Amino acid sequence: MASTDAGLAGVLAAREIVITCGSGGVGKTTTAGALAAMAAAEQGGRVLVLTIDPARRLATALGLEAFGNQEVRIPDAAWAAAGTRPRGELWAAMLDTKASWDDLVRLHAPDDATRDAILDNPLYRNITGKFVQSHDYIAMERLHEIHSSGRYDLVVVDTPPTRNAIDFLEAPERMADFFSSRLLRWLIAPSRSRVVSAASKPFYTVADRILGSQFLEDIAEFFILFQSMYDGFVARAEAVTRLLRDPRTAFVVVSTLEPGPSREASFFIDELEARDLLLGAVVLNKVLPNALLDPAGSELARVLSTSSTDVAERIADDPDDARTLGRVLREVGDSFANFAVVAQREAEQRGALARRAGVVGAVPHLDEDVADLGGLLRVGHALWPATG
Amino acid sequence: MALDLLDRRLLFVTGKGGVGKTAVSAALASLAAEHGRRTLVCEVDAKGDLARFFETAPTGFAPRRVQPNLEVMTLTTEESLREYLKLQLRIPLIAKIGPLARSFDFVANAAPGVREILTVGKVAYEVREDHYDLVVVDATASGHVVAQLGAPEAINELVKVGLVRDQTGWMQDILHDPARTGVVVVTTPEEMPVVETLELVERLGAETQVALAAVVANRVLPELFGRREEERFEQLRTDEGIGALVAAVRDVDGRSGHVDAAVATAALDAAELAVTLRRAKADHLTTLREGLDAATPLLFVPELFARAHGARATAQIASALSDEIGF
Repeated sequence: MASTDAGLAGVLAAREIVITCGSGGVGKTTTAGALAAMAAAEQGGRVLVLTIDPARRLATALGLEAFGNQEVRIPDAAWAAAGTRPRGELWAAMLDTKASWDDLVRLHAPDDATRDAILDNPLYRNITGKFVQSHDYIAMERLHEIHSSGRYDLVVVDTPPTRNAIDFLEAPERMADFFSSRLLRWLIAPSRSRVVSAASKPFYTVADRILGSQFLEDIAEFFILFQSMYDGFVARAEAVTRLLRDPRTAFVVVSTLEPGPSREASFFIDELEARDLLLGAVVLNKVLPNALLDPAGSELARVLSTSSTDVAERIADDPDDARTLGRVLREVGDSFANFAVVAQREAEQRGALARRAGVVGAVPHLDEDVADLGGLLRVGHALWPATG
Repeated sequence: MALDLLDRRLLFVTGKGGVGKTAVSAALASLAAEHGRRTLVCEVDAKGDLARFFETAPTGFAPRRVQPNLEVMTLTTEESLREYLKLQLRIPLIAKIGPLARSFDFVANAAPGVREILTVGKVAYEVREDHYDLVVVDATASGHVVAQLGAPEAINELVKVGLVRDQTGWMQDILHDPARTGVVVVTTPEEMPVVETLELVERLGAETQVALAAVVANRVLPELFGRREEERFEQLRTDEGIGALVAAVRDVDGRSGHVDAAVATAALDAAELAVTLRRAKADHLTTLREGLDAATPLLFVPELFARAHGARATAQIASALSDEIGF
């Protein structure tokens, strides 16, 4: 495990690829942006943040909206507005699934005719445009392409909001599996010359009855075209898998301390371990202040909740003020008690997750949503070791 | 409200990950069951969370009764396929399908809509056969649900003939009937969930013919202070105010000797955090209300501070929803 002294700064300094993952809604994109911004500001070099689906205002702030698959440099003006002079460069790119698939087909297609036939195939358009699984693969593929270009010192990647947080880890292997599967051979065997074996017969029976033979033929045609790209795809998928396992790559598991996301984070850490992938750090977002755990605070809250009138009468100037103050004090006591319960539960969760990771970063509840570079840096500073 | 939410036959509950759609699914189902509706609640995104909200063991494809009138099940594509083959095709090969499941997985991935139509088909089937008065589906998260609800139409376009195509007609009849089927979008009063909710509502209207039944805003914080209380609160946060507060508290309760200015400041900061959160959330709720059609019911469920899981949380959310829809 990484040294805890340098915290997330150490994790970022030691790696070329950092992949943030975790369940939906925990602040993965913001964390990826914050880490990349801090690396560019403090450590220098060329840093790219590759995001999948940023909030619109953040995308706008980073100048990402019109660019699709283009990598764009965060302008000096944005840094100036955030009051920072960075040591390095921050670049950002958004994943355009459709465009990335098209690029991949152009790269691997054996000839122009096959390329055009695939790009025009309705099944291809459906698969690449609509289906979540295709994001997983293409995100990893794009990462590989960017990393091997050598254009960046550090790439921070935000993972897609998959149904199952680990899907994208398996995407390259699944793709390779698929191309070498017996099923694909069955599918693309021309119907007249199909050698119906004992093994394939139930498949045809079911597939024909469910899908209808015309649809099967459509699928077959698509995969016959696609198979021409077999070698390229399998080689790439293997390279992407190797890259994920490379010691230059680390994963950062992002979570809040709510029960659902915490469970998911813990599960994700298990999966990383099982796959021999490197857990660089755990980042916890929206953490409540420690003061909520103070027993003296709870004592105060109890008095305020139960004896607000008595306390108010001792402070107030007149009966009218005492009534207002009484309401205020009761609310203060109740809300402290409410948040203290949440904070206790979260402290337990935090302890459990901290035992699993060498580096744990915590970001407090912020007053505003992160919508610009300054916001990303505020989050980043919470994760950075204090300097001086 | 022109049409009562729980008078429908099929509700798809969706929303961005982490907003509590499973809790709301459980609560809606529980509420309907309490009012005598024979109710089935299905988990599609098989994380096993739904069972926790009824404090029951992990559920499988076979529905399990968890309270009077209420059954819970977990939907998997593979078992839906198995049942479909058994019911629709009377295939004598059921026993041999085991090793096929993995192969079918590929076909389902390759052939768009097949996986989705098995899911939608199963729940619509339960409605068609009148096995239940209400089927609540804890559906997939925002983005994917559009593909799921649009699957029968997608299949209709892609597949020209065959058994699957023949099945899409009755499914669409049920799905496209606003009196029978509706989508409930769950959100929280935060920026991203609200933005995604409004985008999803737009996509549902543009890309599917399934009606939006309601939007549920979950984890809404109570209003803490009016203007006058807030001014008084600010006065309290000065050094002088805190000094007076500590003295008064010690005077009122002899056991509160540990309470000092630092403790009082932290307590007031915690209340400030509550006020700030509540105010930011109120702004997001305004954005949500303004972005929705005026006819769309917007239901509020308060933040539950005590527990986020278990049957008690389900009951509390059900009670909040009951107040909101007057059911």
